[in-house]
Amino acid sequence: MSRFRLAVRGAAIAALALATLTVARAAAPAAVSIENFAFAQPSITVAAGTTVTWTNNDDIPHTVRAVDGSFHSAALDSADHYSFTFTKPGVYSYFCSLHPKMVGKVIVK
Amino acid sequence: MSECDEGGESRRGFLKCMTWAGTGLVWTLAGGVPASIGLAAAAAAVPARPFSFVQVSDSHIGFSKPFNPDARVTFREAIAKIAAMPQKPDFIIHTGDVSQLSKPDQFDDADQILKSAGLPVFYVPGEHDVLDEGQGKFFLDRHGHGATGGGWHSFDHGGVHFVALINVMNLKAGGAGSLGADQLAWLQNDLAARSASTPIVVFTHIPLWAVYPDWGWATDDAAQAMTWLRRFGSVTVLNGHIHQIQQKVEGHVAFYTARSTAFPQAAPGAPGASPGPLAVPADKLRSVLGVREVSFVSRNHPLPVTDQTLA
Repeated sequence: MSRFRLAVRGAAIAALALATLTVARAAAPAAVSIENFAFAQPSITVAAGTTVTWTNNDDIPHTVRAVDGSFHSAALDSADHYSFTFTKPGVYSYFCSLHPKMVGKVIVK
Repeated sequence: MSECDEGGESRRGFLKCMTWAGTGLVWTLAGGVPASIGLAAAAAAVPARPFSFVQVSDSHIGFSKPFNPDARVTFREAIAKIAAMPQKPDFIIHTGDVSQLSKPDQFDDADQILKSAGLPVFYVPGEHDVLDEGQGKFFLDRHGHGATGGGWHSFDHGGVHFVALINVMNLKAGGAGSLGADQLAWLQNDLAARSASTPIVVFTHIPLWAVYPDWGWATDDAAQAMTWLRRFGSVTVLNGHIHQIQQKVEGHVAFYTARSTAFPQAAPGAPGASPGPLAVPADKLRSVLGVREVSFVSRNHPLPVTDQTLA
């Protein structure tokens, strides 16, 4: 096997590994922390089928509510969490219905 | 005239106008200027008997953090202060965030504690009171009797017209407090029938004036309400939500925010702060919690307001 072929094969393996890694990362659950009256990851991009979990790490209750009403949590006390699985691509804007200055979005590819 | 009286909108102007809680301040205001009101003169001008009422706010029953492990305890102390007042108030208004999480047992505990005062209580909800799946159904089932639409209502007492507004429902992403078109239409109609000499007291949860919009300490559509309130000779607007005393005067309209009975919050825009609970040393807690007494002595002045801490 020539050095050229080895290099090609190596590159192909690397590309495959990268692709696998990317898919694995996209399919993994995503997390958003609520801290200090803000969504700490105000914009996240995930693959369709991803479950996003919000955790309230603040010392006051918050909520997660879609602007279009498609999903909403109950009131999340300190340390409570809420999960939602995004099955369809799109941009999902959400906010805290108690403190509506707190806004975020989930971009589903 | 001070910068406060001019209603300066700048941040610097605003900060100058702040009255920071925690000093055990007791004050009386008339036209934005601290003053004493001659009771004899007032009595001559107004045949109706003077009366007072009390504002409590942000009891957050269910709140539990190390610096105030049980908000029921401080709320009981607040109600005991009211019971000990030399002039018995005619009633209590609670300007919202009765509960921490809208749970039935939290509302029950608040009711029980308030009952010990032996006075009628009028409520408006805070955003913490409308967290049930019915978005306020629990609260309105308990306290919304006789109210129209979304729970707003008005009543007359001793020649004063009281208006209870709700600005914590249907909040919009990125916005602040909201009254909504239905309530504004009701308000316009409710006020239209009153003469301009009728003293008006408005009570609500989130400030109707822009205390600090970046923290949501404002009501997005309050300007519309103010256009109908401005024609009255004496308008007193009482709210809670920000857990500290702030005041502002615009013409004949005096705005006052009240202390909480559960926990303090940071001064608006304080560096590094958020609009959440401000931890204070246990021996300082009661100096930043309190109740407010409002007296009606004269038709010709804004209502004198006196704040007392729990210390």
